[in-house]
Amino acid sequence: MTKKLQILGTGCPKCKQLAMLTEEAAKELGIEYELIKVTDINEIVSFGVMATPALVVDGVVKVAGKVPPVGEIKKLLA
Amino acid sequence: MSSCSCCGGTAFIFPCSGGSNVGEYSDRIARRLGRDTAASMYCLAGIGGNVSGIVESTKAADKIVVIDGCPLDCARKTLEEKGIVSFIHFRITDFGVAKYKDPVSEENVAGFAARIATEAALGKKESTNVVAGCCS
Repeated sequence: MTKKLQILGTGCPKCKQLAMLTEEAAKELGIEYELIKVTDINEIVSFGVMATPALVVDGVVKVAGKVPPVGEIKKLLA
Repeated sequence: MSSCSCCGGTAFIFPCSGGSNVGEYSDRIARRLGRDTAASMYCLAGIGGNVSGIVESTKAADKIVVIDGCPLDCARKTLEEKGIVSFIHFRITDFGVAKYKDPVSEENVAGFAARIATEAALGKKESTNVVAGCCS
């Protein structure tokens, strides 16, 4: 099943870095995924998130306010 | 509204917001501090309700201030249940307020808020960011 991966952030370098590392992690795992960048502040706060960047996997916020290393992101996606 | 501020400095306040007078104090103080300081009041119910965005944002905070009304320490225990144990804790009854007895006064709300802001070293509000976390 295709995983829905959302990167919450307004487009700063950290948000872009999290998107890049998440994509790298998903590719290394060989999973089917759809990556969506959520930049609208109202949509971001609708997740309850108050610290960006954040990674959402299939509707669940897995990490917020930091950019974890690829190895850690792989565990969040698995 | 500034859209992004991921340079850190995130501070959240969690009051117990309980049903008694001391619970009311915790809530009113947290709202006042959220207005007047760099810290933001956040949703304890979201922690108890396991709302992932709230739990994960809280884990990323640089500073967490917990305000309980009484020694039941419901707010502290709610955060600890989620493994969040690094915070500055205050209890309204420790300020000399008797639970269920002393009426809530605006003077005390202001005084206790100032005391907590000082003891927790909450800086002054410099922006109106809704979301903390990102910078260039």
